[in-house]
Amino acid sequence: MFENLQEKLSKVFKSLTGQGRLTERNINDAVRQVKLSLLEADVNFRVVKEFIDSVKEKALGEEVLKSFTPDQQFIKIVRDELINIMGKSSVSLNLKHHPSVLMLVGLQGSGKTTTAAKLGNHLRKSGRNVLLVAADTYRPAAIDQLEKLGKSIQINVFVGDRKNPIKIVKEALEFAKNSQYNAVVLDTAGRLHIDEEMMNELEQIKQLSGPDEILMVVDAMVGQDAVNSATEFDRRLDLTGFIVTKMDGDARGGVILSISHITKKPVKFVGVGEKIDAFEPFHPDRVAARILGMGDVLTLIEKAEKELDKEKMETIGKKMLQAEFTLEDFQEQLKEMKKLGPLSSIIEMLPGAPKVDLETSEKQLKRTEAIINSMTPEERRNPRILNASRKVRIAKGSGTTVQDVNKLLKSYEEMKELMKRMKHGKLKLPFKI
Amino acid sequence: MGFFEKLRSKLMKARKSFFEGLSQLLKGKRISKEVLEELEERLIAADVGYETTQYILEKLKQNQTNDAFSSLKEILVELLEGNNQVDVESNKPFVITIVGVNGTGKTTTAAKLAAYFQSLGKTVVLGAADTFRAAAIEQLKEWGNRIDCTVISHNEGADSAAVAFDTVNHAKAKFKDVAIIDTAGRLHTKKNLMEELRKVHRVLGKVVEKAPHEVLLVIDATTGQNGLVQAKIFKEMVDVTGVVVTKLDGTAKGGIALAIKKELGLSIKFIGIGEDMEDLKPFNAKEFVDALLD
Ligand SMILES: Nc1nc2c(ncn2[C@@H]2O[C@H](COP(=O)(O)OP(=O)(O)O)[C@@H](O)[C@H]2O)c(=O)[nH]1
Ligand SMILES: [Mg+2]
Repeated sequence: MFENLQEKLSKVFKSLTGQGRLTERNINDAVRQVKLSLLEADVNFRVVKEFIDSVKEKALGEEVLKSFTPDQQFIKIVRDELINIMGKSSVSLNLKHHPSVLMLVGLQGSGKTTTAAKLGNHLRKSGRNVLLVAADTYRPAAIDQLEKLGKSIQINVFVGDRKNPIKIVKEALEFAKNSQYNAVVLDTAGRLHIDEEMMNELEQIKQLSGPDEILMVVDAMVGQDAVNSATEFDRRLDLTGFIVTKMDGDARGGVILSISHITKKPVKFVGVGEKIDAFEPFHPDRVAARILGMGDVLTLIEKAEKELDKEKMETIGKKMLQAEFTLEDFQEQLKEMKKLGPLSSIIEMLPGAPKVDLETSEKQLKRTEAIINSMTPEERRNPRILNASRKVRIAKGSGTTVQDVNKLLKSYEEMKELMKRMKHGKLKLPFKI
Repeated sequence: MGFFEKLRSKLMKARKSFFEGLSQLLKGKRISKEVLEELEERLIAADVGYETTQYILEKLKQNQTNDAFSSLKEILVELLEGNNQVDVESNKPFVITIVGVNGTGKTTTAAKLAAYFQSLGKTVVLGAADTFRAAAIEQLKEWGNRIDCTVISHNEGADSAAVAFDTVNHAKAKFKDVAIIDTAGRLHTKKNLMEELRKVHRVLGKVVEKAPHEVLLVIDATTGQNGLVQAKIFKEMVDVTGVVVTKLDGTAKGGIALAIKKELGLSIKFIGIGEDMEDLKPFNAKEFVDALLD
């Protein structure tokens, strides 16, 4: 995401290098480029105007040109201003009541139902007992959709009479109170902000459920009109924040700048894929860094720290360097890797990461894992005992071919050889990406 | 209420928020720097995009008109006019696939389109080839009940190409006029999912000559500049033949469709203006621009 904006801005900054000072003239060029980039990224034109004005003012103001080169100076001003608009830091959920109610609202097709399941899953991971409530009685099969998603992650879904959203919410809250649920996620029907009757329904639901969070779900691909719908939803419901979905595409997501600036409400989460765990907290500072081409190293590091069993990785690392690295260790490492999320989302966070065919790599990775999983512990520790019949068994068990098994063994041997030779080198992943 | 009035009333709100005062601004006026600046802003605000906006303004300047308003209308109509018809008579069965990114309104459009052709006296079969999203099959089936149209489906997780195959075979066996295939939403950036769609098309071509005869890309009117990228890649990968712009009953203008037409030559064929079965209309450039600006 943001790739193109990133490229454009970096061109702007390049054109500023070597120009000595920020002058009215060269700033005007750069400012114009930034403006066009932001418009192309779907930042609302009014927000762009304000942004441009304050960047310009700051760039020509007194505090500039101290210890920076002109392009560094300009990057800093633009970045600070981006962060200024998106909010200074990541904002977490504010849940006080028991049970806490989280209400999801938004336009048709923005991704509310999937997000309800993702949010439920997220809350459960942080130790809550979650109930999902299917209050979209309008779209055909919306209730079935939430029921299926709930089932797939073993979270209960309250459906009530499947007809009257107000009644469903009321009964769901009773049920939640009596059944020890402490977090209730309401999925509501998609609606247009100019649909008086439907907006009225949301106000009623809000009133009777007293939500701790009212989150508007917004598609990352939307354009200029986002500010109109967001403003109206916020006016009627006093939103507590946004969730921006479909960030795994290549939309530049200028909508994030627009809605947070216009409503002054924070984006709290982003959706980055169709899978239930493709859901992350939003970090304004990091997204700004990303826009500016610095890569989102921080998110990666934080994620890695949280999910990886550091000690395990350290011993694996040591073993690798001592060339004692067995297929068992490899299996362990693959498991840890997977906790980080899909390969694509990891790679994307690295600055200057090469453009690789991630889908193929991901497939290869899966195949590798399947093969290793089909081995006995004995075989993993000592692959030399793998004779023809064992290989046939492994291939069968993993749904691959003997050729695939041989290929894996060969690259494993090569890698071990490599490890021997790079004792002083950095720890590298034992496969190609 | 006739078609024109309904479209007009549906588009009134849209007209109000951004184009309000536009006729006053432009009517009987020559082009000036002020007029151009104002117009640029409005076009950008309607998601037309910078490049296409510049193209429109350039044309307006060249026209050296005394009436900027009617001149602008002409330019917009000319830009939007093209191959806006879907000629289902040209083949039997006439096979249509509905494609696009997630949540744009594909399933609803497939159903509304079926209802539309039925209202013209055609026999239609729907194929539920979105086997991926939870309850997508149930969604289309429920629509099938509503509009009284056969829906061919398999289980969730089944091969979507197999569903497509069965759908056109059904159309052939039962002498249906039109087969409409709903497909799963997919981001254009996901290579394997785009490949899957190509496979669906290959299978269709094996059963019915030259099928699919129409590949409709569904674009949500709220879509920003990413819509152009979507259209480009879908066109390259699955030979899109036209665009359906949905959700024009909101305040979004769907201006990205102008950019898509200009850059890629893809015409709008239908517009969606609501969630009921009759809320789909064949696209007409002149009426569309009139309703938008008048
Ligand atoms: N207001 C409005 N809503 C629409 C229109 N077309 C589709 N929708 C709604 O958009 C949502 C997503 O539609 P769906 O057909 O499921 O999208 P898909 O994921 O692309 O198949 C549903 O709530 C539809 O009712 C339209 O023209 N206007
Ligand atoms: Mg669908």
